Amino acid sequence: MTAMIELANAEKTFTMHLQGGVELPVVRGVSFHVEPGECVVLSGPSGAGKSSILKMIFGNYRCDGGRIGIRHHGSVIDLATAEPRQVLSIRRSTIGYVSQFLRAVPRVATIDVVAEPLIANGVVREEARARAGQLLRRLNIPERLWPLPPSTFSGGEQQRVNIARGFISDLPILLLDEPTASLDAANRAVVVELIAEKKTKGVAMVAIVHDDEIRHLIADRIVDVTSFAAAA
Amino acid sequence: MNAPTYNFAYLDEQTKRMIRRAILKAIAIPGYQVPFASREMPMPYGWGTGGVQVTAAILGPQDVLKVIDQGSDDTTNAISIRKFFGKTAGVETTTSTTDATVIQTRHRIPEAPLHAGQVLVYQVPIPEPLRFLEPRETETRRMHALAEYGLMHVKLYEDIARFGHIATAYAYPVKVNARYVMDPSPTPKFDNPKMDNCPALQLFGAGREKRIYAIPPYTTVVSLDFEDHPFTRYRFDAPCALCGAADSYLDEIVTDDKGGRMFVCSDTDFCEQRQAAGHHGALSAAPHKEKAHV
Amino acid sequence: MSELSRLDNDQPLLVAEGLAKNYGQLAACRDVSFSLYPGEVLAIVGESGSGKSTLLQLLSAQLAPSAGCVSYRMRDGVLRDLADLGEAERRFLFRTDWGYVHQDPAQGLRMAVSAGANVGERLMAVGWNHYGRIRDTASTWLERVEIDVGRIDDAPKTYSGGMRQRLQIARNLVTEPRLVFMDEPTGGLDVSVQARLLDLMRNLVSELGLAAIIVTHDLAVARLLSHRVMVMKGGRVIETGLTDQVLDDPREPYTQLLVSSILPP
Repeated sequence: MTAMIELANAEKTFTMHLQGGVELPVVRGVSFHVEPGECVVLSGPSGAGKSSILKMIFGNYRCDGGRIGIRHHGSVIDLATAEPRQVLSIRRSTIGYVSQFLRAVPRVATIDVVAEPLIANGVVREEARARAGQLLRRLNIPERLWPLPPSTFSGGEQQRVNIARGFISDLPILLLDEPTASLDAANRAVVVELIAEKKTKGVAMVAIVHDDEIRHLIADRIVDVTSFAAAA
Repeated sequence: MNAPTYNFAYLDEQTKRMIRRAILKAIAIPGYQVPFASREMPMPYGWGTGGVQVTAAILGPQDVLKVIDQGSDDTTNAISIRKFFGKTAGVETTTSTTDATVIQTRHRIPEAPLHAGQVLVYQVPIPEPLRFLEPRETETRRMHALAEYGLMHVKLYEDIARFGHIATAYAYPVKVNARYVMDPSPTPKFDNPKMDNCPALQLFGAGREKRIYAIPPYTTVVSLDFEDHPFTRYRFDAPCALCGAADSYLDEIVTDDKGGRMFVCSDTDFCEQRQAAGHHGALSAAPHKEKAHV
Repeated sequence: MSELSRLDNDQPLLVAEGLAKNYGQLAACRDVSFSLYPGEVLAIVGESGSGKSTLLQLLSAQLAPSAGCVSYRMRDGVLRDLADLGEAERRFLFRTDWGYVHQDPAQGLRMAVSAGANVGERLMAVGWNHYGRIRDTASTWLERVEIDVGRIDDAPKTYSGGMRQRLQIARNLVTEPRLVFMDEPTGGLDVSVQARLLDLMRNLVSELGLAAIIVTHDLAVARLLSHRVMVMKGGRVIETGLTDQVLDDPREPYTQLLVSSILPP
């Protein structure tokens, strides 16, 4: 097997104990795989479970059944049964997650917010900052904003900072949750470019994109999530 | 004459035995504070009840007793205690440091070198050197047991941070026999070096706090310090106005109400011996300043 | 050692096995087992009376367990049962390789002694004997916890609550411990002061590759600082896992209640 991600019959149900133990089945029988250099886009209407699947692949949501195989340091680890510290290790050196919202770290300069994932993986601070600067420039964040913490930025600016932070690392798997949601055409084009570059580097990606045009530009394959909808 | 109503040296023999056992243990563990069943003495706490009990326990009929208070043989406390033992033990008393076999002291070590066979008995108000930083007795005992003495340096650190030098001038902490940190009683730190490798036995008694500790003859006693702020001792930068001594510890005597003062040896016996030998001071007031004394 | 190699270290730093503590009929803590790895931050959450503070005291050897044991990997690499350590060894561990941050800074600081001496005390306790070097190191640490070095000679009783807490952290970290216990470190501070302290702790923990066990009832603290969470109720660990997993996808009824009780930001 060469796949970077391999899901087999993964399923997720929420049990709402505060609402009298209501069971909310989200997805069931989720099976697909992602090869290196491939971008798989999840499609389906709102509430079909796209984000839940992405979160399960990141280990943010627990998987209640089936398996989620992740190629990590040359071997396959099943996220459904992995130890917390294995998941942490996978997140540090294998899977990156680009969400719509920046979880702002107070008081830290934008340039350092972006450079941080590289520094955490052992890149020298100067080099990490240089690479962060390049990425911010491409995403049209003016240099005068770099020393400021991103919490004061507009929604679009914050999202671009977040994209820069997500794309700066050399992780072999990237999960993209609506990376272009509130961007203008120019910046959307930059993100499409960035995704294409990642593909040539062999990065496996799973994305959720609502914009049809973008979806066609980046998707190698489309997986329709409706087929995994769990019958309530 | 021995007053018929008192046992020899006031205390009963059982009490003296108990105190002697404590003293023996203290000698066996230099610097360690041995608890003992301190008795009520016919004087208030703070007047030397600890020292008096130690003296009473070790005194024999052949002993020659000297008692000093801040170096002086002729202050109230010294005279009272000397009279007390003169009356209850009938021992010979003296003011001469050299002639005495037992010297009870409050806050000084005599200037004349002590010799083997002598016993120096200190009166101690607060035996625990860590007390002002750590109020819990259970905790200070544990710190002694485990030789955790970082806290003692905290006090010295505070001195330097506040005054630029170690300002502790009396009751300056020492380490005995490279093990226990000990409070030398409120002697000026000028006297600290005299405790080191001293030929005489040094005993410390704290009556109210019920502790006895000891430095056996020829024991290493090191004053605590920092590498970059080594221990130094100070004295007033003047010769004694009476005997001219330039290396003794001086008391400041105010002579009138116009600011006049003079500096004289605090050790009266030392000063008198020197004067008898023909040394004379300038009898003049000296500038009020201290200088490191090497 | 870099953070990375510390985190990938496969040998646990601290191992708890079947820990229990009874006070008469009351079981304050029951059957707690887990391993903590170097550089890992574990949050113990739960409401008052859930047993989390008792557990912290058991883990830090301040309390003897009724059953079970705690082992710690000493600096020489040997895993030792804390109950077998002599008192001298245990106390030495406490002032060198461990830190303990109390909720009330007055418990962890000498309030009447200057900030410099508060930080320097641990160094003097391990034999530092050079005033200048002790003071320089203390200054560096005051800077790291964002206390104006000009206040090095002031006693913490003249400090604000947030400064006291930061001073307590500096005092604990000066000997470069590998494990820090924190008992409600942000309790009693107002919100803006809390945010600054959390940010500072987050940075220090990751820069120094510290392992930490943090007791808190504040899930926001757990989210910001910890990798892993243990949820306690009635003396038992009822749920454990990655912090974001437990907080975003809580499984147990009690955990769902805790999570749903947070006011939205």
